[in-house]
Amino acid sequence: MTDNLQLNAEGKLKHFLSIEGLDKSLLTEILDTAESFAGVSENQVKKVPLLRGKTIVNLFFENSTRTRTTFELAATRLSADVINMNIATSATSKGESLLDTIRNLESMFVDMFVVRHSLSGAAHFIAQQTAPHISVINAGDGQHAHPTQAMLDMFTIRQIKKDFSNLRVAIIGDILHSRVARSEIQALNTLGAAEVRVIAPKTLLPAHVESLGVSVCHNLTEGLKDIDVVMMLRLQKERMSSALLPSESEYFKCFGLTEEKLKIAKPDAIVMHPGPINRGVEIDSKVADGPQSVILKQVSNGVAVRMAVMAMAMQVAPTPARSATTDRHAGSLPASDIHTIPGDKGGL
Amino acid sequence: MKIRIDHGRIIDPANKIDRVGSVYIARGKIVSVSDEPAGFQADTVINAENQIVCPGFIDLSTRLRDMGHSRKATFKSEVRAAASAGVTTLCLQPDTVPAVDTPAMVELIKELAEKAGYPQIYAIGALTQKLEGAELSSMLSLKQAGCIAVGNANHPVKNLLILRRAMEYAASHDLLLMFRSNDFWLSNNGCAHEGAFASRYGLPSIPEAAETVALSQCLELAELTGCRVHFGQLSSKRSVIKIQQAKKYGLKVSADVAIHQLHLTEDDMVPFDSAYHVLPPFRTEQDKQYLRRGLAGSTINSICSDHQPHDLDAKLGAFPETEPGISSLETLLPLMLKLVEQQAITLEQGIACLSANPSRVLQMHSGALTPGFAADVCVFDPDIEWEVNAKNWLSQGVNTPFWGQTLKGRVTHTLQSGKIIYRL
Repeated sequence: MTDNLQLNAEGKLKHFLSIEGLDKSLLTEILDTAESFAGVSENQVKKVPLLRGKTIVNLFFENSTRTRTTFELAATRLSADVINMNIATSATSKGESLLDTIRNLESMFVDMFVVRHSLSGAAHFIAQQTAPHISVINAGDGQHAHPTQAMLDMFTIRQIKKDFSNLRVAIIGDILHSRVARSEIQALNTLGAAEVRVIAPKTLLPAHVESLGVSVCHNLTEGLKDIDVVMMLRLQKERMSSALLPSESEYFKCFGLTEEKLKIAKPDAIVMHPGPINRGVEIDSKVADGPQSVILKQVSNGVAVRMAVMAMAMQVAPTPARSATTDRHAGSLPASDIHTIPGDKGGL
Repeated sequence: MKIRIDHGRIIDPANKIDRVGSVYIARGKIVSVSDEPAGFQADTVINAENQIVCPGFIDLSTRLRDMGHSRKATFKSEVRAAASAGVTTLCLQPDTVPAVDTPAMVELIKELAEKAGYPQIYAIGALTQKLEGAELSSMLSLKQAGCIAVGNANHPVKNLLILRRAMEYAASHDLLLMFRSNDFWLSNNGCAHEGAFASRYGLPSIPEAAETVALSQCLELAELTGCRVHFGQLSSKRSVIKIQQAKKYGLKVSADVAIHQLHLTEDDMVPFDSAYHVLPPFRTEQDKQYLRRGLAGSTINSICSDHQPHDLDAKLGAFPETEPGISSLETLLPLMLKLVEQQAITLEQGIACLSANPSRVLQMHSGALTPGFAADVCVFDPDIEWEVNAKNWLSQGVNTPFWGQTLKGRVTHTLQSGKIIYRL
């Protein structure tokens, strides 16, 4: 059910809710399409008219600056009209149900919802309930999934490492509560990474974590051996008050990434973080701002990846050039070219 | 009013009867299950050829809603569902709105039951006032008003000292405690079993230990206080093992399991489908197998429906925010028969788990076709196949993961104290 929910009758992306249920070719198509959009942001006119006349609603039931901004930028670069709704402070606080909020917005003839919600499964629920012409993009639901973050990270990794098959990736920190981690693990496994290793104390690991397709390590120094990609996760302050960890300083001592510890990983290892970072808690500033860090690259890639997913879900994405891994710019198109691409299927 | 039920296969586990014959009923009571009483003139004859005639079912855990929750269901809607399921006695959990913590509430429940034309609804009294787990309820008054047991439903008791005292007080008045084992802190607002499924879908999870820790503590206190305890709605392997050990050791305890726990596991859950949101949560295949074995070996002696009808809104939302529970009265019999078909238990065991055994838990004179007992009788056809859909459904709650499925086994007649309360 979840598997099919994301695809239309032709097997094309309709909703983007989680990485689960999407195969390697579809994930590669997202990356290739993103590649073709990567140039748009660098053009003088940062716009392509693929979603002209479409209305996209950013439905944020939970606060976020970075994710909402990149979604907004992505939508405007595709020429869509964007409405930002910060539901955390509006309708639901007046007692309106999730479903009523959706029904109301639907009747304003919108075409896409970008949803962030504090509960796992919220985006699935909206995709199931909403009118058939509307696409839903999950911008993070509870502890479940954050698929666009995972895809922009895959995009960043592919830019630098070219290929996934020989990669050993370590994900470090609060796996238990992290929707980012769940999506990263699924994406890396689907794209064929050699190993995904999670490094955390037991209190921050979900039960049967191995069943997600990872190896497990409780010690950062041991865990970083042979690692090509180091993914740090944000540590929420609440974890201390709920007795999951003793203190920030002890966490930093055990699991904080320092220059010294990074040396244990492969010399060309890259350091990633979905942001916002807690300097001195999970990562030392010298590493966050150091030469191996690609944290800001992740942020700028966020726009292209989100443009790709939005265009694909609305069935207007240009057909990307195949195998962009070998030639990064092969698929990238100037704005004027995209304009002429026959992408009218979706009713543009 | 005299009724004769003819040609049916009579299965009455308490009296070790399994044969084809007739059941004779007069003035609301069983008169005979063998020879025709002299001068018996039946006003009504039920032909039960190729059907099974057994004691009416006794459900140890039900919610009928109504009162503060009448939008979910009412006594009227749910007793029809119960009657159609062959259930003749219902035990109501005390977490009604308001809670069953005063004799007045017990009286109100009796009144609603009478009005609904289904008098055999028994309230489980709240163990603590307002079910808040802090102060003892007036248990003796509740018992005198008609409560058959006391319990705290899904609500936590604040600490073990309060639980100890509540159990001592209940024991003083020979009241049965119907205990739902769930450690509030360990279950940590979870909505799914702490296992592979919850980890994959990022759902707040409830470990098996939330049940077994609470169960172990209560077992210790049962020994200390001498309180009779019935453990309701077990869901895990280690709970079965602990009950088995306690019984072997000589503690007077019993246990039941909700019917759906014997069929579904976390592997059957459709991601984010709120029909599967139930407490305790669906656990693993191994847990399910142990629950089945516990039933076959009589460690668990009863099956309950744990019926919890909901309105549509309660189940519309992101999974963790939906309300837990399954509308399960009407699938009780076919799902029990499925256990028999899958050779987990015998038919006689299955019927005993729904009649003689829960009656024993409640120390009632019922659950059997013994002459002199109230004529609570269920007649069912084990071969009728039916689809779980709106046409075949009476409960106001349509919240069931079995919706749309075809099940086998259907009640044709239900008699409560000799009155035909359901006819297919």
